[in-house]
Amino acid sequence: MARNKGAVVVNIERCKGCHLCEEACPSDVLEMNQQTNAMGYHYSYMANVEACTGCASCAYVCPDACITVYRVKS
Amino acid sequence: MQIASCLLQNHTIMTLQEIIQPANKVYGKTPLLTDTPMHYCPGCSHGVVHKLIAEVIEEMGIQDITIGIAPVGCAVFAYNYIDIDWQEAAHGRAPALATAVNRLLPDSCVFTYQGDGDLAAIGTAETIHACNRGENIAIFFINNGIYGMTGGQMAPTTIEGMVTSTSPEGRDVMLEGYPLKISNLLTILDGTCYVTRQAVHTPATVIRAKKAIRKAFENTLAKKGTSVVEFVSTCNSGWKMTPHQANQWMAEHMFKAYPLGDLKDQ
Repeated sequence: MARNKGAVVVNIERCKGCHLCEEACPSDVLEMNQQTNAMGYHYSYMANVEACTGCASCAYVCPDACITVYRVKS
Repeated sequence: MQIASCLLQNHTIMTLQEIIQPANKVYGKTPLLTDTPMHYCPGCSHGVVHKLIAEVIEEMGIQDITIGIAPVGCAVFAYNYIDIDWQEAAHGRAPALATAVNRLLPDSCVFTYQGDGDLAAIGTAETIHACNRGENIAIFFINNGIYGMTGGQMAPTTIEGMVTSTSPEGRDVMLEGYPLKISNLLTILDGTCYVTRQAVHTPATVIRAKKAIRKAFENTLAKKGTSVVEFVSTCNSGWKMTPHQANQWMAEHMFKAYPLGDLKDQ
């Protein structure tokens, strides 16, 4: 079954590393980076790039509105 | 092998660049949310509700006529985060201030944003009387069961058996009374037109909560009376849990005392 291709861009400096996007993602795309941002938080990033379908679940639950979602229909 | 891995990486990067184009954007931060980083703890429900309110105001195009009333509590700095007009109320008095603002500017769209320590404790009288008068305002009520800002003390909304810094053995209803289900109380008042209880811990509940916020604003614009939207929320710092654990705990325990859904819709 063809599935949509998606990508997310995380506003690194706004992210507080709460893990809620990671828990909400149905495709296990997101993880917390080993690096930290200027506030000292491990920020979210796309660890499993290929799996993203651009469903925006991560962005809906993000309390800090850090996530921008892009989607291409296949 | 190295070349293959390099090619794969290049392919991935190319694909990402192709996907990340303005034409493909499906969701992003609304411009109504300012660039000021929110001071809330990581994973706090306040951020999601702020975001939803800002999105609804933007989608309805009512930025110029909307006036928010900020509470005392964690959300005291709400005026820094949503780019609309705000008034700051004394503790618990947001519905009284909203009454004044709405009566002076009847064509404005006034909402209050309050926590449970504000709305259901010190401001119980103001809340009940504003709803009973049927003031044409929307009330957004964040219920996390404790006083989050001051260190997680027991609130009137704390559920039975819940451990807080002032009820270390859990809330004992024989000693401290029962949790105050203020939204249920407000449904019996003739002035309220819409009372609902929502949550924002999963993508599905976030979508439903956004619809509830939109309905509350539509009722206000249609001058139907008072709309109350309660959000059963987490305070992971106050509850001493991770954000994910707090969401699970809320779904397991809070929803029993505060079941989600519309309580009144007229």
